[in-house]
Amino acid sequence: MFPLLLDGVGFARAGNAILHDVHLRITEGSCTVILGPNGAGKSVLMRVMHGLLAPTSGRVRWGDLAAPPSSQAMLFQRPVMLRRSVLGNVAYGLVVRGVPRREARRRALDVLEAVGLRHLAERPARVLSGGEQQRVALARAATLRPRILFLDEPTASVDPAAMRSIEAGIAALHGAGTTVVMVTHHLGQARRLAQDILFLDNGRVSECTPAPEFFQQPRSRAAADFLKEELP
Amino acid sequence: MDTLSASFHAAVALLLHGDDHLYGIVALSLRVSFIAVVLAAAFALPAGALLAVGRFRGRRTLTVLLNGFMGLPAVVVGLTVYLLLSRAGPLGSFGLLFTPTAMSIAQALLVFPLLAALSRQVVEDAWSEYAEQLRSLGASNLQAAWTLIADTRWSLSTVLLAGFGRAIAEVGAVMIVGGNIDGVTRVMTTAIALETSKGDLPLALGLGLVLLALVLLVNALAHGVRIWAAGGPR
Repeated sequence: MFPLLLDGVGFARAGNAILHDVHLRITEGSCTVILGPNGAGKSVLMRVMHGLLAPTSGRVRWGDLAAPPSSQAMLFQRPVMLRRSVLGNVAYGLVVRGVPRREARRRALDVLEAVGLRHLAERPARVLSGGEQQRVALARAATLRPRILFLDEPTASVDPAAMRSIEAGIAALHGAGTTVVMVTHHLGQARRLAQDILFLDNGRVSECTPAPEFFQQPRSRAAADFLKEELP
Repeated sequence: MDTLSASFHAAVALLLHGDDHLYGIVALSLRVSFIAVVLAAAFALPAGALLAVGRFRGRRTLTVLLNGFMGLPAVVVGLTVYLLLSRAGPLGSFGLLFTPTAMSIAQALLVFPLLAALSRQVVEDAWSEYAEQLRSLGASNLQAAWTLIADTRWSLSTVLLAGFGRAIAEVGAVMIVGGNIDGVTRVMTTAIALETSKGDLPLALGLGLVLLALVLLVNALAHGVRIWAAGGPR
């Protein structure tokens, strides 16, 4: 299913162009962080890659696959917890993929154990704090053993402790071979996690640069201005 | 005013010294409408959820039709079921006309659009919150619809109560397909209609107050169950 190729992808909503002619190549095992100002189209780009939105022009190609693979998962800024137990939430993705319920719950428990959330398994997921919910959402994504994981500002609304735990989880998944694509507004987080930085400005890709190089000397003017204005 | 106070006394007297005859009527009312709501809900909830989640041609038209049919006149439903179940009708061989089963069928048809339209609204509101997450996790439309029904169960229980309220309060459909046969198909509303036409207004109003109390009681019970089962803010 790799490389993931975006070939002249554009996206418009109600006549407003949000993405213009995006060319992009995501290789297996990479960790790409998408940076850019508000309204640059970062979230839309990620949804197009994940298949939640269909591009209005251009193509999204997954290696030589004819259809988008099911081996992908996404974390949203605000996770949606189903009105059931934490265990039920984590097992849900497996159940809809046809894994027998008992087997799904066993695998979900294993993942909860591994990420240190075993004690929450029987709690109703909706009463957890935002940080706990996002950790459960990451466990839910991990249970699917995705080969690529998309994250849309996963730590934007959680406290520092939960953020560290989520970053550790992302790093562990990446270490185990999962390809990671993430949007963040947190430059420190981008420095800690990214291999490559994709800079998006006004719906166009300004540059795609290895992270150390990007933070030292961005190639595009837009990115340089962005780095100057952002607090570290 | 005399009629009102007299009817109030009649209601209290009915409840205090209620005989088996009255309890029989009350029990039949409850049973007929309960079965009707269960029967209708079995089809209406999935239909409403699929209408909310699905993206198919004619979806808007169906929604408008359902919303319109929420106000279906009970007598029209009664008449239709009567024609279907009468001896000469297509389902006449089952011999259901003038039985409680026929009354349940008529009420089920009456409340189906109400249940389907309201559950569509409830599920659609939840869908706008859940859609991306469920699709991202790989749920098909059918799976998403089922998940949303499970997740909106408390709101949907209110929808079911609305359906029950409509069913137990209607008189036109049960009158036509049930025939108001004493001891067989007489329910609260048909009894009220009969007493009114006989001129016994206090008794009719008294029965009405009993019916009202009954509906309130069912709603209070359901509310209590809901709070108990939710066990918290949700």
